[in-house]
Amino acid sequence: MNEILEIIEQDPKIDPAEIARLTGQSETEVRSSIKELEDSGIIRKYKAVIDWDKVGEEYLYAIIELKISLGDRSGYDEIARRISNFNEVRSVRLISGDHDLSLTVRGHSMKDVAFFVAEKISTLEQVQSTVTHFVLKTYKEDGVTLFEKDKSKRLAITP
Amino acid sequence: MNQTRQYISDRVNAVPPSGIRKFFDLVIGMDDVISLGVGEPDFVTPWHIREACIYSLEKGFTSYTSNAGLLELREAVSDSFHRDYGLNYDPEDQILVTTGVSEAADLALRAVVNPGDEVIVHEPSYVSYKPSIVFSGGTPVVVSTTRENEFRLTGAQLEEAITPKTKAIILSYPNNPTGAVMSKKDLEEVADVAVEHDLLVISDEVYDKLTYNGKHTCFSSLDGMDERTILLNGLSKSHAMTGMRVGYAMGPPDIIGAMLLIHQYTMLCAPINSQMGAIEALNKGDSEMQAMVREYNRRRRLFVTGLNDLGLDCFEPRGAFYAFPSVQSTGMTSSQFAEELLNQQKVAVVPGDVFGESGAGFLRCSYASSLEELKTALERMEKFLG
Repeated sequence: MNEILEIIEQDPKIDPAEIARLTGQSETEVRSSIKELEDSGIIRKYKAVIDWDKVGEEYLYAIIELKISLGDRSGYDEIARRISNFNEVRSVRLISGDHDLSLTVRGHSMKDVAFFVAEKISTLEQVQSTVTHFVLKTYKEDGVTLFEKDKSKRLAITP
Repeated sequence: MNQTRQYISDRVNAVPPSGIRKFFDLVIGMDDVISLGVGEPDFVTPWHIREACIYSLEKGFTSYTSNAGLLELREAVSDSFHRDYGLNYDPEDQILVTTGVSEAADLALRAVVNPGDEVIVHEPSYVSYKPSIVFSGGTPVVVSTTRENEFRLTGAQLEEAITPKTKAIILSYPNNPTGAVMSKKDLEEVADVAVEHDLLVISDEVYDKLTYNGKHTCFSSLDGMDERTILLNGLSKSHAMTGMRVGYAMGPPDIIGAMLLIHQYTMLCAPINSQMGAIEALNKGDSEMQAMVREYNRRRRLFVTGLNDLGLDCFEPRGAFYAFPSVQSTGMTSSQFAEELLNQQKVAVVPGDVFGESGAGFLRCSYASSLEELKTALERMEKFLG
C-alpha cells in the first residue's frame, strides 16, 4: 500500500498498469488497492503543482497569521472549518507560537487579498488580530522545487 | 615524440585498455542518446551530505587527515557494519579509509600478492580486478559464471580453479555487470573452499545496500570468515557519491596494517571533505538511501519485465542496478547488437564481453536512469528489434 502511495505522490497521472509493473503486482490488485485508498480518504485528491508565475497569471499569495479567542462552546476546529469555506483560502493550519492559525490566501492583487482579510477574516468574532505576509516569490511548493532543472553531469559510459 | 612506447613497462603493456573506452568514444558527440551504459547512480548525492562537505570547506578543513582516515569516520563505519551485519571491526586498527573501493581493491592485492601468486576472479565482473591483479604481480585465474546458474559462483567451480599457487579469491556480489546476488548458502560454499585451501577472500560488497526482495549476507559475517576476509565497501553506490571517492577496507589488523603502509606512501589519505560527507552519510543518510533503493527496485521491475517482453531473455537481477539480458536469440554478438542499437536507435548499452569472455552474448543495461528514460529506451529497443 505505502509503495503505491509513494508512487502516486510522485506522479498522480501514472497508469495503474504501470504501477503494476513497478511493484510486481497484478493490475487488478493495484486497481483495487487504489480504490480502497480513495474510498477510505487516504488519497484525498490528485493535484497538479503549477508554476503560475510562468503562465503570467497575476496571482498573489499571502500568509495570514491569526490570533484566536475561543468562545465558550467553540473550539479551533469550528473556526478553522468556517475559514476553510472561503475559496480564497488555500490552506488553514493550527500552529504553535505567537499565533494560533496560519492561512494561505490567494487573490489577484494586493488589494484583493487585503480587502478579503479585512472584510471576511478580521470581522469574525473569534479573530482577535491578524498579520498579513505577502508572498513575493515561491521557490519550492509542497516538495517540488520550481527552479530550472540542472542537466545531468554523468559521463555517458562508465564501468 | 615517436617510439616513447618503449619506455612503458612490460607489466603495463600486457594489459589491454578497457573495452568500455571504445564504446564511450562512439557515444561521445551523439545527440539525444539514452545511455544505459552508466555504472553510477543517476541521483545526485543527497543534499544534507553535500551540505556537510560544503560546511567542512567553510570551516577550513582542507588539510590531510590521518592516513587511516578520520577516526570519527572509521567509528561511523564500524557502527554501521555492526548495525547491519553484527560485525565488530575495531576502528583503531581494522578499518582503512580509501579513495573509493577501487583503491581499496588495489591495496588489498598489493598487500598480499607475491610474484607468481594466482588470484581467482569470477567473470563477468567489474573491469578493474584482472588488471589490478596483474599490476600487483599476480596471475589472474578466471572462473566463468553462467546464466544457467544466475551468474553465481559455485564451490565446485572454485575448487576446479585452485592450484598450489592460489593465494586469494576476489568475490564481488551483488555483481556488476550481472546484478547477480549470492545467498548465505551460496557464500558458505565459497567459505568452505577457502578454509580447505587456506585462501584469503577479498570481498567487494559496494552494492550491498542495493539488494532487492531479500537481505544481503556479508561474507565476513560467516562463521570464521572474518579472519580471512578483506571486506571492501564504500558510499559510491548506496549514497550516490561516486565522484567523492570514499571507500573503506576492513579486515584482520595485520592485513589492514599492510594496506595502510602502501596507502600512506602512495595516496596519503582520502579527500578530507569527502570523508566529512561520508560521516554525515553513514550517521544520517539511511532514509534518503532507502528511498533511492525503493526507486531502483521499481525501475528494476519495470525494466526487466520490459526486456523479457521484448524477447531478450533476462534472469531476475536481485542486486546492484544492472540488468544483463541475453541477445543470443537475435543472432547478433553483444558488440554488434550494442553498436547497431546505438547507431539506429540511440540507446547506449555495454556489450557483456567487456566484463569477461563469459559475458559474450549479453548486454549490461543500467537501470539507474529515470523511469521516463527507461520507458523510452524500451520503446526504442522494440523498434530496433521489430
